[in-house]
Amino acid sequence: MTAPASIDEVERRLRERRYIGDRGLATSIFLALKLEKPLFIEGEAGVGKTEAAKVMAEVLGARLIRLQCYEGIDLAHAVYEWNYPRQLLHIRLLGEGEDRRTAEREIFSSEFLLRRPLLDAIDNDDATPPVLLIDEIDRSDEEFEAFLLELLSDFQVSIPEIGTIKAKKPPFVVITSNRTREVHDALKRRCLYHWIDYPDLEKEVEIVRARAPEAAEGLAREVAALVQGLRTMELYKMPGVAETLDWARSLAALGATRIDASLVDATLGAALKYQEDLERIRQQVPALVEKARGA
Amino acid sequence: MPEAISLPLQGGGSGRGEGERKADLLPRLGGFARLLHDAGLEAGPRRLTDATRALTLIDLKKQEDFRSALRAVFVSRKDDIATFEAAFDIFWAPPDPRASAGVMPGRTRSLPMSPERAKAWANALGLNTSQMNREQEPRTVPETSSGYSAEELLRHKDFEAMTWQETEQVQRLLAQSPWRVAERKTRRLRAARSGAIDLRRTARHAIRSSGELMRLFNKRPRLRRRPLVLVCDVSGSMERYSRVLMIFAHAIARREDLEAFVFSTRLSRITRLLRHRDLDKALTSVSKGVHDFSGGTRIGEALADFNRRWARRVLGHGAVVIIVSDGWDRGDPAQLTAELIHLRRSAHRLIWLNPLLGSDGYQPLTRGMVAALPYCDDFLAVHNVQALDDLGRMLADLDIRPTRRR
Repeated sequence: MTAPASIDEVERRLRERRYIGDRGLATSIFLALKLEKPLFIEGEAGVGKTEAAKVMAEVLGARLIRLQCYEGIDLAHAVYEWNYPRQLLHIRLLGEGEDRRTAEREIFSSEFLLRRPLLDAIDNDDATPPVLLIDEIDRSDEEFEAFLLELLSDFQVSIPEIGTIKAKKPPFVVITSNRTREVHDALKRRCLYHWIDYPDLEKEVEIVRARAPEAAEGLAREVAALVQGLRTMELYKMPGVAETLDWARSLAALGATRIDASLVDATLGAALKYQEDLERIRQQVPALVEKARGA
Repeated sequence: MPEAISLPLQGGGSGRGEGERKADLLPRLGGFARLLHDAGLEAGPRRLTDATRALTLIDLKKQEDFRSALRAVFVSRKDDIATFEAAFDIFWAPPDPRASAGVMPGRTRSLPMSPERAKAWANALGLNTSQMNREQEPRTVPETSSGYSAEELLRHKDFEAMTWQETEQVQRLLAQSPWRVAERKTRRLRAARSGAIDLRRTARHAIRSSGELMRLFNKRPRLRRRPLVLVCDVSGSMERYSRVLMIFAHAIARREDLEAFVFSTRLSRITRLLRHRDLDKALTSVSKGVHDFSGGTRIGEALADFNRRWARRVLGHGAVVIIVSDGWDRGDPAQLTAELIHLRRSAHRLIWLNPLLGSDGYQPLTRGMVAALPYCDDFLAVHNVQALDDLGRMLADLDIRPTRRR
């Protein structure tokens, strides 16, 4: 598939794959593709950051390579690792007589290399360069960020025993962060930036209609209105779009076509994930439902 | 550098007209980058180059795309979005000076820059200064605190009045105290003499000796200092202590990974304001940045705000939370209790420092203190430098003698 030629086309292709984003996101994606820069997406949990990368892979007809970050992630998990058990086995099977230098060269060849996501993203035979999703980078630590900085500036990795491997064509890189800590400016400076906000009511209805088609139109609107109402309240954890979708699907699975106080009360856990939030909102369910049904 | 202002700007006009050619746009883009720079955003040559390239790729007639493209290039954190939007509105679509309805609804038109710079920019753009720096609504006392608005008179506390000798003394004493926060184990491993087997290094070594395991290597979790989060009460009743507490915060911020907040009726983050190496400059920026020094106290509300807006961002990696307050709370004690329970669950250790605890015969009987006491891991005095030293020692030993939590 060819790369999109305009912002309109990015927007249209995202929509075709049922991703309803705002124009600003489409603009950022388009520019990131054209300028060959990584796209850094921030936003609250559940607003569709990861989903954006997944859909982009479909839009480009490219393979999605995902690196989920976590505390302590290092090069052995992110780039490459030698398959030590296999190497040891191989060298012992060779026996005494063999030339050791040849043997060593043999076991440090790509056959014994365990390729992790970042190496895969740089060194591959894909016709279209893959989409590399570096998910939740805020969970990793500063050392890993520093390494990424290097990788993202020239898209090459050096393996001492093999040499430097450089990407023929750089992958399309999407980095997401939930802002549990501030990512270093140096890394952000290499990227284009986009903040995904919670959608407004009309957009959220549209998203529910697109992604949870099993929910009837009236139900979709009322659930979206309900979540919009919840977001204006003082909560420990705001429901994201992911929660709206879960909620709409749960209610549809129960056969509901409209919401009422008892249904909402029974399924409130789809939207609120903290006990304190649940308790507080429970008391206000009838009023919230009333308001959402009027929307 | 007022000469920077004499740009070929056609200020005051309708901004980007349809007939505007790209050649005219470039100097204007440079001007915009300079405005962003003055407002505190990163807008160096590299970004300017990116912006120039970006604009060749989009349809310039579409105002919204034009705005989004520049935002994608120049903004790199959420907090900067509002500044960017204000700068964009001012620079590319300045309001007609005669019309009063020039401001987009719901958007503040205010740039964080010095009055002189704002004035210079206003001149260059053909605006009057009020249009450069206009907040949507005048600052009003929040309704919730109307009960004691006399206290809430959003006073600008004058830090500069502190005598230089005093500052110097306290500062020097704090600089000598042995501040080292305890370390926690991270998930990253390092080579060590003992510990778990490091398979990678062991195998590497074995390969060199034809696959024979001649020697075992070990690894251990690497240690990292715990982050500190300081939440300081600077309300009226804490007035006598707030100055020295800020010096204290500045002293730790120089050495440790510190997130600092102050509250009286509202919570403000002062982490970035404390970054000045120079104490006086740091204190000045704090007093300018925080508007309710010496107001009333609503500890519960301040902590609720902290829990919702900041906890997820600053309480990672086993943080130690220190609240400094005398507990004179005019808010709802039930709320204070609920928020402390929540906070304690996300913090490695919750410490409450009370300056009154140092005075003879003090009993923690204020409503706030009674509500808070059962949920804090430690309750300590903080009335002199000695008390701060004791606190430092305790923090260093945190992981050696863990407390039993109720």
